[in-house]
Amino acid sequence: MKKIVALLLALAMALSMAAAFAETYKIGGTTPLTGAAAVYGVAVYNGASIAAAEITAAGEDTIEYTGLDDQHDAEIAINAYNTLLDAKIQMMLGSTTTAPSLAVSAQAFEDRIFMLTPSASSTQVTEGKDNVFQVCFTDPNQGLASAEYIAANGLPTKVAIIYNNADAYSTGIYQTFEAKAKELGFDIVSVTTFTNDTTDFSTQVADAKNNGAELVFLPIYYQPASTILKQAHDAEYAPVFFGVDGMDGILTMEGFDASLAEGVLLLTPFSADAEDERTQKFVATYKELYNEIPNQFAADAYDGMYALYQAAKVAGITSDTPFDEACDKLIAVFTSSDFVVEGITGTMTWDANGQVSKTPKAVVIQNGVYVGFENAQ
Amino acid sequence: MMSFLSYLVNGISLGSVYAIIALGYTMVYGIAKMLNFAHGDVIMVGAYISFCATQYWGLSPLLSVVVAMLVCTCLGIVIERFAYKPLRQATSLAVLITAIGMSYLLQNAALLIFGANPKVFTSVVSIPSLSLFGGQLLISGEALVTIICNVVIMVGLTLFTAHTKTGKAMRVVSEDRGAAELMGINVNATISLTFAIGSALAAIAGVLMCSTYPTLMPTTGSMPGIKAFTAAVFGGIGSIPGALLGGLLLGVIEIFGRAYISTELGDALVFAVLIIVLLVRPTGLLGKPVREKV
Repeated sequence: MKKIVALLLALAMALSMAAAFAETYKIGGTTPLTGAAAVYGVAVYNGASIAAAEITAAGEDTIEYTGLDDQHDAEIAINAYNTLLDAKIQMMLGSTTTAPSLAVSAQAFEDRIFMLTPSASSTQVTEGKDNVFQVCFTDPNQGLASAEYIAANGLPTKVAIIYNNADAYSTGIYQTFEAKAKELGFDIVSVTTFTNDTTDFSTQVADAKNNGAELVFLPIYYQPASTILKQAHDAEYAPVFFGVDGMDGILTMEGFDASLAEGVLLLTPFSADAEDERTQKFVATYKELYNEIPNQFAADAYDGMYALYQAAKVAGITSDTPFDEACDKLIAVFTSSDFVVEGITGTMTWDANGQVSKTPKAVVIQNGVYVGFENAQ
Repeated sequence: MMSFLSYLVNGISLGSVYAIIALGYTMVYGIAKMLNFAHGDVIMVGAYISFCATQYWGLSPLLSVVVAMLVCTCLGIVIERFAYKPLRQATSLAVLITAIGMSYLLQNAALLIFGANPKVFTSVVSIPSLSLFGGQLLISGEALVTIICNVVIMVGLTLFTAHTKTGKAMRVVSEDRGAAELMGINVNATISLTFAIGSALAAIAGVLMCSTYPTLMPTTGSMPGIKAFTAAVFGGIGSIPGALLGGLLLGVIEIFGRAYISTELGDALVFAVLIIVLLVRPTGLLGKPVREKV
């Protein structure tokens, strides 16, 4: 009997020794797999899964990724977050959209669990929370970068803006865009709004058209954008449409007539036609597994997973590190000046606010696919 | 001036959609004396059926409308038979709650079957848009078809209720259900027929609405449904011309409000109108004042 116990103990020791060399990281996040924002949620889930599978396949360590559905709803997100804690995750890659991220990040700050959101772009998500970091641009940055991009690339500066004033994301981008646009001397001829329940955009489109706007800035999600494009087409109004990352996903809407989006510009750190090896490999894997061209959200999640893994290695986190200890170590790594992640969305560094710094690119929709703006002309 | 006209056309087009939906509310209320809050969701079902018919089953757009009407008619009859008929003698509150429950049932069933990703509805209208005043005023094909359908349906329904035997039976049931039953009118069949007509109209409304505003989601019907209900109350619930008038006025008020007052206040104005109408004329513009018998 004693022998068996000793043997078992030895075995257990050997196993735990082995575990010390090959770590298993438990990473979880909430993401809208169903609901109106499912296009983003599914993309994030797929991108994160590909990265986790790649890291695991590399043989050194294992990543167990759990993505739970939050339906783009704060309350459901909190429930999903609690389920993740019960499953003993060590760090979070999520949430995907801003509203659930605001709820989850407040809770994660209380609980001291490290949170890296691939795509929630409001500054409110990271503000005052030392343990919350972003992979995507913040809303103010998107607004600023859009205005600068328009000015730098000789796009029309007689501008109309249509934004959703019931949405923090849309309003945030609008405000910084407008401020920067005024500074750059743009002629803003029409500013109109809508809310989540709006189905008819004819007034907004007509206002832009009647005021002679040559470029319409749409800091909004793709569902209303698809209707705006249709109604502008019906009104025979064809300005340059300039969107932000929320526009990403418009081409994957079932039944969407891609010709309506021809020539639409959007600002994104990722374009699937980039020629570097890693992007091409990611795009090929994504296409093979999910039969779709990955959007920016998938790329942000993919980079986020690698960033977490790289930071976990630097911080010396093991399979047994509890989440609160991991949190402090990860914060130290992310804010250190020599922590640089080379991702497919650019070279990323982080400041103490949790905001990322990387360079945006613009893509233009041509024949139903994204083409890098610099490749398009 | 041209922009005023174009807003007016947009308003009439939006109002025509509201009017067709409002008809469903008003007919069911007039005859069964209940508010069928699931009506907005029948619109959504109609739009989904038409979407599936064109996208998956390869039917022509016109045929897809017919299929959507058939499915919605059956759905309307089934809803009435299983959810509302057993409650015919119950309090109106119980029926109202059942209707709200039915609305959620339909929404969530659509969520299960079609998923939450919005689908983009391909317009069933192939008429080119009409260009007036040298291209200054554009009326889209969808708007034309919506307005024409609206007029045709209104005239058709008015003739139907005024001159056919079944139509007259409907009016009798709406005036006095007990007396109608004593006169040998099959009240249950009449109510079923009302639901069938209302739901078929809902299918048409769904297809027309999604042709103009192409995003199709399980919640697509709820907001237009509520606005159409407002239109029905505005025009006088129970009155067919009232639904037309209420719908058109509401659409025009909404668009003008957005255009000339504030884009943010479009919806607020619509519901402010409802409150004012209820305060000033509780029976609506064309509603008959009912004297309470003591």
